[in-house]
Amino acid sequence: MKIEVKDAPGQLVAALKPISDVGGNIMAVIHEWDPTLRPKTRIVQVVLDIPEERLDGLIAALKAAGVTILRLGEERLLLKRSVIMIGHLMHTDLSDTVSQIDRTGYAEVVEMHLTMPGIAQRSSALFTISATNRAHMDEAMKVLRAVAKKKDLLLVEPLEEVA
Amino acid sequence: MMRVAILGLGSVGRGVASMLAKKGLGITITGIADSKSGACDPAGLDVAAVLEKKAKTGLCGDPAVTARAVVEGGEYDVLVEVTPTDVKTAEPALTHIRTALSMGKHVVTSNKGPMALHFRDLTALAEEHGVQLRYEATVCGAIPIIQTLQHGLAGNTVHAIYGVMNGTCNYILTRMADEGLTYEQALAEARELGYAEADPTFDVKGIDAALKLVILANTVWNNGVTLKDVECTGIDLLTAEALTLAGRQNCTIRLIGEVVPEKGLLRVSPRILPKKHPLVVRDTLNAVTVVTDMAGAITEVGKGAGSVETASAVIGDLLFIKNCHVTGH
Repeated sequence: MKIEVKDAPGQLVAALKPISDVGGNIMAVIHEWDPTLRPKTRIVQVVLDIPEERLDGLIAALKAAGVTILRLGEERLLLKRSVIMIGHLMHTDLSDTVSQIDRTGYAEVVEMHLTMPGIAQRSSALFTISATNRAHMDEAMKVLRAVAKKKDLLLVEPLEEVA
Repeated sequence: MMRVAILGLGSVGRGVASMLAKKGLGITITGIADSKSGACDPAGLDVAAVLEKKAKTGLCGDPAVTARAVVEGGEYDVLVEVTPTDVKTAEPALTHIRTALSMGKHVVTSNKGPMALHFRDLTALAEEHGVQLRYEATVCGAIPIIQTLQHGLAGNTVHAIYGVMNGTCNYILTRMADEGLTYEQALAEARELGYAEADPTFDVKGIDAALKLVILANTVWNNGVTLKDVECTGIDLLTAEALTLAGRQNCTIRLIGEVVPEKGLLRVSPRILPKKHPLVVRDTLNAVTVVTDMAGAITEVGKGAGSVETASAVIGDLLFIKNCHVTGH
């Protein structure tokens, strides 16, 4: 979620405290500095893990503490996995390859690095995929395997070991 | 004194013969044969003389003495079958092993063909005749992974096995990552150093790793899987750029064999691993991780090939048989 806090000592802690009060797990806090903002305010992006049913309570608690919530991420994509694909990526419709994942609704390609050493040579790309949970990630991998097979691309997956 | 007959005098056979002669382990070689000739002496062969003759003339003995004659001649307690692997028919090793087991002789082999293609038949045949069939050298060279699974981890439930099981592929991938070489350049280098065969298909397509995976799966779960059950992808289509992309994430690529029966997984494929992962070993090394209920994860790392290294696995099996199963000599 993105929240707006006053730029004064102790304000950020005051904004974060309700999160731990309701048992939420803060995973990342990112400060944004925007010169167009009103003076004495800061936008802070907070990534957190919280049980669904406690979210409303948290929002109420934050409002009570005088914190403005700018945006609440509807999609909670917590798991990330990077894979490499090798082959004729452009000629087999790269944008379609990406949208096959995005279309699932529970997973999306959030990062891509592509290298093309020369015309007619096979290219290599690293895709980072985000998904809401492990089961959805596994489903997204199945989709990607099917795409790779159909388009004759080599898919290199990370090793996921059993515990 | 335990008597052995050795079939095959390639790199492994010469390693076994010379180490047995040198180390005085209470094992006498009473028969030796390769594809061209053979020699027998119930009192024990002069190994140095046999190896010298082979080096000079290409023959280890009398062309009239065949491997079959040595096997059927029977002046031995254990047959050491170390002929080259034939992945299609498993012959001539398969017939040699069957004959020896049926005669009530123990067998030690480094040959992946018979063990990967006929694991259940052969182990049943050994059991039927009350003899040992041991094959430590078929998987990951010097690493005592079969002993680990059968004895060291006895009583554990094994959930999964993962490993780097082919030194040729591992060398190629190490060089591609280190020096930014293309697959073709790294393969050429591996050939020059004698790590890759003139026809590298068997290694780079993952077939060799798949055979080892099949042997491990049968050893633990006796599930009767064979080569055709393995989903197999090699390293020959990897690009230098793919290694670079993985490297930027502090990762690299390794050819991994994995068997996880609970998930129905039996697969050899190039995979992305963090550089610090225990299976990310360098050059021609092999590594295997066994995941079990009691012991947790155990990883063994070591040399996956080589004359004396493979001889170490064969001799370990021979001494196991000598200590536990052969009496009265």
